[in-house]
Amino acid sequence: MNVIETSGLSKRYGRTWALRECTLAVPAGHVAALVGPNGAGKTTLMHLSVGLIAPSAGTATVLGGRPAGSPAALDGIAFVAQDTPLYKNLSVASMLRLTRNLNRRFDQGYAQARLGELGIPLDRKAGKLSGGQQAQLALTLALARRPRLLVLDEPLAMLDPLARHDFMAAVMAAVADDGVSVLLSSHVLAELERVADYLVLLSGGRVQVAGEVDDLLTCHRVLTGPTAEADACAGRLSVVHARRGEAQAHLLVRTGGTAGPVPPGWEAHPVSLEELVMAYLREPGAAALPGPARARALPLETGEPTEVTR
Amino acid sequence: MDIDKAVSGPPDSRAGVSSPGAEGDRSLPAPGGAASPIEFRLDAASGVPTYLQLVQQVEHALRLGYLKPGDQLPKVRDVVSSLAINPNTVLKAYRELDNKGLAAGRPGQGTFVQATLGQVALPELTALRRSLLAWLGTADAAGLDEDGIVALFTSALRDFLERRGGPADRRGAVGDGTEGVA
Repeated sequence: MNVIETSGLSKRYGRTWALRECTLAVPAGHVAALVGPNGAGKTTLMHLSVGLIAPSAGTATVLGGRPAGSPAALDGIAFVAQDTPLYKNLSVASMLRLTRNLNRRFDQGYAQARLGELGIPLDRKAGKLSGGQQAQLALTLALARRPRLLVLDEPLAMLDPLARHDFMAAVMAAVADDGVSVLLSSHVLAELERVADYLVLLSGGRVQVAGEVDDLLTCHRVLTGPTAEADACAGRLSVVHARRGEAQAHLLVRTGGTAGPVPPGWEAHPVSLEELVMAYLREPGAAALPGPARARALPLETGEPTEVTR
Repeated sequence: MDIDKAVSGPPDSRAGVSSPGAEGDRSLPAPGGAASPIEFRLDAASGVPTYLQLVQQVEHALRLGYLKPGDQLPKVRDVVSSLAINPNTVLKAYRELDNKGLAAGRPGQGTFVQATLGQVALPELTALRRSLLAWLGTADAAGLDEDGIVALFTSALRDFLERRGGPADRRGAVGDGTEGVA
């Protein structure tokens, strides 16, 4: 089952395309990271997926074909928007009551137990809680709806390191306990490396890279060798991003899943998720190359890594 | 392979079936379950993939005797909520340990240590050390400094492991009966 599936999904604001022909399928059971530069369309994609806005063209379905925004879809999705939206003047208890009354399903016992465990007092006004507590409250309200898909837009942006850790730990515990699928956007790449096992990279309103993190990491590596040979080397390989010094060059290449031979005199290193994402972010055109889509045509040992729209 | 079921809670939870009665204690620590003798930590700067760090820490603990056959490894949920990592990463580490014959999942209970790690016998180590020292002498005579030696060794080791087929550990696991490590 795909938790999110889009086809030619586009959204236009005036003359600006916030999202353009986005075709994507995120399978269930993953913690999917949505990354991309500011203005790449991350929030737009999320809002379309949860049904907060309607597409200009194309379709979006969630949780195995439920049209985005339909009651059936909404029942299974919880969304926490960018700025941890809470009614600052309501007490925590009132926020719970409000959320319970606005939703068909709400697990009050779970929510209260969780807040108790976190030491968040029910009589405190939401606006008086610390940033970390507000984020935890918003997360609790979302999880108490018992979603199958949890969508988090920049959940870590406003949090200090400890609150970030605690927040992600809570999300990961929900994944372990209930098998909830997660889509989260973030700029904190180092943080994503620990939690994400699926990557969707948006750039300029289009999907540049998408696939399971393990597969993507297997499909890419860094070759280090003499700059003089870099061009010849780059001609034979699909280079995503190259950094050249006078004598030594680093080429981040796509290998199509198999390790392949290393050119003599060159050294191959595995890439980290952060390195991979940075390379693609630096080369917005890299998807226009026969991107990871080409890898699919080659014999692969491990599943289907990628999907790219150009 | 039933590690998944063994450690990550009710198998039907992914289908959205959850009994309301069980939900109250869902976010509390495992009730009464014996704690594992070890705790995992992560070194973000090491560059070693997270799952491999977990595998290596178990192996290390086995070698040093912190873990013995029959001991329970930390529950997936506990690891996940203390390190804030993806549960699949922990499951992958435990699968790897299972493949190596070092640990096995018990349905409904968790993952338990199956074996100790055999150590290379002392005489053999001495001989290996002697030949390494001889090599170090040659490298020194050739003008390599300490960093140069480390770089060369690391690069050669990587080549060797790649040629042998992956960085996977070849060190054999010793069955339950052998208390190789005290």
